[in-house]
Parts: sequence; structure tokens; C-alpha cells
Amino acid sequence: MNLGLLAPGTLVALLILTPLIGALLVSLTGRWPNLRETVTLLTAATLFGLATQLIDPVVNGDGASLVVAEPIPGLSIAFDVEPLGLVFSLLASLLWFVTSVYAIGYVRGIKEQRQTSFFAFFAIAICGAMGVATAGNLLTLFIFYEVLTLSTWPLVTHKRTGAARAGGRTYLGVLMVTSIGLLLPAIIWTWVVAGTTDFTPGGILIGRINPTAAAILLTMFVLGVGKAAVMPMHRWLPAAMVAPTPVSALLHAVAVVKAGVFTITKVVIYIFGIDFLAAVPMEKYLVYLAGFTVVAASIVALKQVELKRMLAYSTISQLSYIVLAALVLAPMAEIGAGVHIVAHAFGKITLFFCAGAIYVAAKKTRIDQLRGIGHRMPWTMMAFAIAALSMIGVPPTAGFVSKWYIIGGAFQADNYFVLAVLMVSTGLNAAYFLPIVFRAFFRREDHVPEQPHGEAPWPMVAALTFTAAATILFFIFNAPVIDIEARMLEVAR
Amino acid sequence: MSIVDWMPFSVLLPLIAAPVCALLPGRMLPWLLTLIAVLASAVISALVLPQAVQAPLSYHFGNWPPPIGIEYRVDAVNGLLALLISMMALVIVPWMRQSVNQEVPQRQGPFYALFLLAMSGLMGITLTGDAFNVFVFLEISSLSTYALVAHGTRRGALLSAFRYLIMGTLGATFYLIGVGLLYIMTGTLNMADMAERIPEVADTRAVRAAFVFIMVGLGLKLALFPLHRWLPGAYSNAPSAITVFLAATATKVAVYVMLRMVFSVFGVEFALSMPYEEFFLVLGGIGILYASVQAIGQRTAKRMLAYSSVAQIGYIALAVGFVSIDGLTAGLVHLFNHALMKGALFMAVGAVVYRLGSNRIEDFAGLGREMPWTMLGFTLATLSMIGVPLTAGFISKWVLLQAAIADGHWIVVGVVAVGSMLAVVYLGRIIEAAYLRPAPEGRAPVREVGLWFQLPMWVLVLANFWFGIDTSLTLGTATRGAEVLLGVGP
Repeated sequence: MNLGLLAPGTLVALLILTPLIGALLVSLTGRWPNLRETVTLLTAATLFGLATQLIDPVVNGDGASLVVAEPIPGLSIAFDVEPLGLVFSLLASLLWFVTSVYAIGYVRGIKEQRQTSFFAFFAIAICGAMGVATAGNLLTLFIFYEVLTLSTWPLVTHKRTGAARAGGRTYLGVLMVTSIGLLLPAIIWTWVVAGTTDFTPGGILIGRINPTAAAILLTMFVLGVGKAAVMPMHRWLPAAMVAPTPVSALLHAVAVVKAGVFTITKVVIYIFGIDFLAAVPMEKYLVYLAGFTVVAASIVALKQVELKRMLAYSTISQLSYIVLAALVLAPMAEIGAGVHIVAHAFGKITLFFCAGAIYVAAKKTRIDQLRGIGHRMPWTMMAFAIAALSMIGVPPTAGFVSKWYIIGGAFQADNYFVLAVLMVSTGLNAAYFLPIVFRAFFRREDHVPEQPHGEAPWPMVAALTFTAAATILFFIFNAPVIDIEARMLEVAR
Repeated sequence: MSIVDWMPFSVLLPLIAAPVCALLPGRMLPWLLTLIAVLASAVISALVLPQAVQAPLSYHFGNWPPPIGIEYRVDAVNGLLALLISMMALVIVPWMRQSVNQEVPQRQGPFYALFLLAMSGLMGITLTGDAFNVFVFLEISSLSTYALVAHGTRRGALLSAFRYLIMGTLGATFYLIGVGLLYIMTGTLNMADMAERIPEVADTRAVRAAFVFIMVGLGLKLALFPLHRWLPGAYSNAPSAITVFLAATATKVAVYVMLRMVFSVFGVEFALSMPYEEFFLVLGGIGILYASVQAIGQRTAKRMLAYSSVAQIGYIALAVGFVSIDGLTAGLVHLFNHALMKGALFMAVGAVVYRLGSNRIEDFAGLGREMPWTMLGFTLATLSMIGVPLTAGFISKWVLLQAAIADGHWIVVGVVAVGSMLAVVYLGRIIEAAYLRPAPEGRAPVREVGLWFQLPMWVLVLANFWFGIDTSLTLGTATRGAEVLLGVGP
């Protein structure tokens, strides 16, 4: 439903400002938790509403752009929403609302310390994600990329224990090293070579850089975007699991990591251009690297004992699906990359929600403790099962849709390596997800817990039920997303 | 009177105020006079810069035309620097009042007089167009700085001041020898005049020796690795206010003199006939890495920031090592931006010293809660140091990397990147202590410092963000300055 009340440029500005205002109000209302949570929910709902208003302008091709300042002559802080960014901003804002509902149950359920700063930094992180989604050039994207890194550090270290500090160091270390050491030089190199960093359909580098240098530049981008967690830049993601679960759920399954793969996809489509990259000789080695990450992370996930760490390695693997799909350079695969950003988001956020629900209700964090828990927490474990199927890529779940497109793209490009990777990975995903589901429902509990528990607080169950339902519904009602993604390719051609 | 006639007063007012200040009794009057003198100097500098950017301004002392008389010659380069020095002084003087009351309880008149002398010395070095006059002001500022450092309350202050004196005197003497050789060869001390005459005698051993003497002498003054040994001690033992002032201005002025001598006096061609690029790129690069690693190992915040300053000087050295518009622009911009960030950081640490009497890093534990505004300012300035976007530090890093990439200096790109990461590590230690570690058991509650500390620090912190977004003053003037130095453009 488009109300058409605001000009697209204003909408973009509000998209960035709303979470910031939300963060400010949250810190001001810290003394009254109910009011504070109302503010969070209202902000999130407003943000999603604003994002929906951008659908029409973007799909109709009117675009929505905004120029704010010009810190470096010729290079401005500018926003320009294109289809992929629209999908990302819709996704992040919708799931922010859901996660806020969940987080309220979570922080109250375990009486978390410093809840105000928790919600405030959360909102700032969303501002970062919105900025990444709507950035019109690499400079702007980098600004918000770093906002996202820095605003999530207090969330990762929220518990302030020794483990949290150590995790925070790895988190910040890897993300800053990659972004300053590789991504920033790559962006400046692009600027020096092309004289612009605007995201332009068809790319800006054709004829301006020789293929070998382009291969190096692409490598700098792929590894420099540490948030995409392509090996060997993946270490921060397991380290971030010391964070409270809502953080892991929204930020480390959706906003932060998707900002990473989103950046890579945008660089591939709008900076290099698919046609130009096809002529870059060493590009296929990055496909191999992403393929390796898919398989290797799955194997590591098999061996994990902690549920959240397992999910983290699963995320690393799934993120490289997207990188892989983007680098296959076939139209269907590009759509698959965009679809998987959405599909994986619903599935993985559900899984993290479940892990958090189990922690709050049963104080259990290890996989081997989950025998028979399906009887005590049927909703949670049903949601877990659905999301697990989506990770494996079984119909009728969202994961199947994206896998369909990626495989289609692999055939378009005659890339059988990708096909093999997908097959192996599907098997591995089944091997680490299905036993958990099986044990939860078909095994007896080891011993009856001293304090018998049921489901987690209702906001948490509501949230995870919603996302699990969305995982199934996306299988059926995916047309709007795919239409928008297809726009992206039309525009890019 | 036109603005050109007012120009020398930005140096003379602090200079004249200094002896008066020394005689004033009590605490209030000397401070007030200092504030007035500094304010006047800043206003004049602010009025001069816009005109100097258009075309160089020239003032002849006693109406003696140069090269006979002494000339003040101000263009985009030193106009920007003069503005920086006087503005920093203007921000620091309100800040220093309480801190000085604590650290120098007695005889504040002479203390403020020394401060004024140091400041007017730095202004004089910046504005003058006479190579010997530079030496005179260099000595004025240096001698008063030695005495200021010696005012520190810590035991090491005297020793540090002495070390600084030895190294500083060596540097000034080397510079003087160089200028003397140039005088013998050219028969003039006026910089512009020298520049015209040097090409005729460029191919002589004497001129080359002069170049080397001046380079090494100024290298000592600007604490270029490996001539930096005096700096950490001087910075960490001086009174907090002096540390802020030195870190923000003193080494910057030495960098300026070096740029002026190399580009405006010797000329690019002569410099390139000497191992100029190698000198700066190698020493700058090693300096960044060495000093950053040293900074990680320091136990007190002031020493850590001091080593960080040595590293930052390395960045400037790298930038001026590329003989290109982009490179010099990067150097000049970083000169300005680094003063903003280091000033803010040292102010935050100074506030902590004021409250705790200590700046050991483990003592920062829990301060995120007890001194929230100070630590927030510190954290934001840290972001600028690391080069996070939207801060002045990011602009510096961007133009520096742009210059390096455009020239294909990939090793430099690597060094800058590694240096930034090391900065994350050493600054992260304080942030981590302040926010993630609980206050030590049994420490009395620490109160946040008052507005006299907060306002100046926040002016600098916010300036870091202002100049990260609106760069017309910094980047614009620096680009113009680079054109002036290289003798190109309008």
C-alpha cells in the first residue's frame, strides 16, 4: 500500500534517521522499561512502514536518491535505493520489529543487565544496516558499514565477562582489520581508477582497469568485506556468539552478515558489472574460495558442541552460498543471491530465536542436552525443524526457492563446481541439523529437570512462530521479492 | 590599517603580553591576560587566512623592503598553520586553568608567561619569511617549552626536560648550521630571495650539506623516527595542559618549516636530486610501525598517546614524501586533523589525571561509568584517530591512501593499513578498560570533571566530526597550500 505522502528522498532520509531517533528516545526513557520497549517497537514499526513506501518508487524505476554532503571533492555522501537495497531494508526493518518483540521477552526472562544501552545500540546498528542498504556509492556504504561494526561491539561485549571481552576483541579485530586493510584501499583504488564510486548499472570499471588488476581488486573486496565471513575472514562470527541471543539472531544472522554479502553482491553487479567480470581471468578462484567456505564451514559445524556456535558456522556456510551465487555471474544466480539473503534470514533468525528460547526456558546451550526437549517446548522445536529444513533446502521452505535459482544459475553458466558444492553442502546440512530435530522429538530426556519448564515467555514464542511461518510462506508467496530482484537485473543490463 | 598590517600582531601580542604576565600576581590575572592575548591572536589569524589563500600576503618590518628587512609572508600553508596554532591555544587556555591550578599551584604568572612565549614563538616560526628569523623564534619557543616541561609534577619531569633540551638544542644548531651555509652561498636570509639564488649554486657540496643539516635538524624537532627519543618523556611528564599544547602544535610547526625549506627554498628539483623521497618514505614507514608497536606496550595513557604521535608524524612524513599535490595535501590535512584528535585525546587523559592523579591504563577501569562524558569524548576522538568515516581522521586517511594508490606505492598502503590496525589495538585497550572492566575494589568514587574541562574538549571532539564532513576549510586550504608549495596552479 503506497500512501505517497512523502517524496522518495525524504523517505530515504527518514529511513536513516528513524532508528537514530529511536536510539535517542530509548536512552531517554531508560527509567521506564515499558515505555522504552514501546518506543523500540514503535520505531521498528515506523521504519518498516517507511521502507514499504519505497517499494513503488523503486519498482517503477523512479528511484529514490538523496545527496547529503560532499566531504571529498567529487565524492559525496549520497543515498540511492535500488531493488536489492530495497529488499534488504525491508527485510532488516521487518525482522527488527520481530526481534524487538523477542528481545523484550528475552532480556526480561533472564533479567539482563543494562537493558537500555542494549536497546539503544541495537537501534544504532539498524541505522547502520539501513545506511548500507540505501547507500548510493561506496563511500557512503563504507561509512555505514563501519557504523554497523562499531555499534555492535558494545552488544557483543554486553556481558562484560572475560569471555565477552575476548570475543569482542576478535570481533572488532577481524572486522576492522579487513575493512581498513582491504576494503578501504579497494574503495580508494576504485575511486582513483574510475573517478567515481557511484553504484552504476553495468559497472564503472569497464575499460578503466586491466583484467589482472581487476582480479586483485575483486579479491580485496571479497576478503575486505569481513562481514561476509568468507574464509579465512570468518573468525569473528563464532566469536560474536558471546553476545545475547537477540543480537546473534538479528545482527549475526541478518543485519551484519547480510550487509556483508549485500556489499559483495552490489560490488559485483554495480561496480564491476557482470559482463566485465566474466572477462576477468582469475575470478573463478574466488568462486572456489567461496565454495570451499561453504563446505569447510559445514564440516566445522558438524563438530560443534554449543548450539549457537554450530549456528554460527552454519551461517558462515550459508553466507558463502550468496557470495558463490553472486560470483557465478549468471542472471538466475544473481537473483538467487538476492533471494537467499531473504530466505536464509528467515530460517536462520528462527534457529537463533529457538536457541535463545531454549536458553531462557531451560538454561541449556549444548546440543547434547537437547534430548526430548521437543516435548517440553513443542512450538519452539517445531519452528526449529522448519527452519532446519529451510537450511537444508527442502520444500516447502524458503531455502528451496533460493537453491532453485542458484542451481539454475549454475546451469546457465555451465558451472558444475557450484553444483557439486551445493550437493555436498545439502548433505552436510542435513547431517548436522536433522539429528538435533530427531533427538528433540524422538528421544527421552536424560533426566527430568529439577524445575520442569515449558515454553519460553510468550513474546519469544510468538516471534519464532512468526518467522518459522514466514519461512514456509516464502516458499509460496515469493513472487514480489523475485520481481523486485529481477528489476535489479533489468536495471543493470 | 589593512589586515596585512595587523598580521604581525598575532605573534607580537602574545610576545608583549608574556613579560607583563610574568609580573602579574595571583592566579586569575595571568590567566585572563593569556586568554586575551591568545584570543586576539586567533582572531587575527582567522581574518588573515581567507586573504592569504587568495594570494600571499607580505608585511615588511620597519618598512625595510625584503631581502634587507625581515618579511612576514603568509600563504595558504602557513596561514592554515597559524590558524591552527592560535585556535588550539584558544581552546586550551580555558581548559588549562583548573589543571594548572592543581599542577602548578605557585607562581602561575611566570608559567603563563612561558606559555605565551612558546605560543608566540611557534606563531613567529610559522609566519616569518626569513630563514634566520625562524631560528630565533625556534629558540624562543623551545627554551620556554623546556621550562614548561620541567614544571611537571612527576619525578621524571626534570630529566625529560633536560633530554628534550639536549635534543632540541642539537636540532636547532643543525638547522642554524644549514642556514649559515646557505647564507654563505647565497648571501641572503630571506627565503624567497634564497629560492631565487639557490639554483645557481645548487650543484655545490655546501648547499647539499646545508640541505642535510636542515633536514636532520628539523627531523629532530619534529620527532621523525629515529630522532623521536625525546618526545615520549617530554609529553608524558609535562603538565597536562602543556602536553595538549605540544602535541597539537609543536611538531606540526617543525613539519611546516621542513616543507617550506624543501619546497619553497630548495625547490622540488633540488630535493629530488637528493634522496628526499627515500628519506621520508622509509623513515615515515618504519616510524609508523615501530611507534605503533611501542604504543601497544606502554603502561600509561600519556606515553601511549605520545608514541602514537610519533606514529602520526610518520604518516605526515609519508605524505610529504610523495612529491605530488595529493601527497602534500594529505600531509597538510593530517597536520591539521591530527592536532584536533590528539588535542581531544590528551584533554580527556588530562581530565582523568586531574581526578585520579594517575594515567595508568588499568586505572581507566570503570571510568566509562564514573566519568561518562570524558570517556565518551575520548572514545569519539579515538574513532577519529583510527580513521572511522565521518571523522577528520578518515579524511586524512582517505587522501593519504589516495595519494599512495595513485602513485602506485602499494607498500605504503600496506603500512598505513597496518598502522591503523595497531591504533585500534592500543587505543582499544583504554576503551576496553573504561567500559568493560569494573572499577577497582576500594577506589573512592570518581566525580566527572566540570565544564571548564568538558567544553574545550567537546569543541575539539565535535571539530573532529565537523571536519570529517565539511572539508572545505581543511581540504580546500590544504590543496591550495600544496599547489603553492609545488609552485603550480593559479
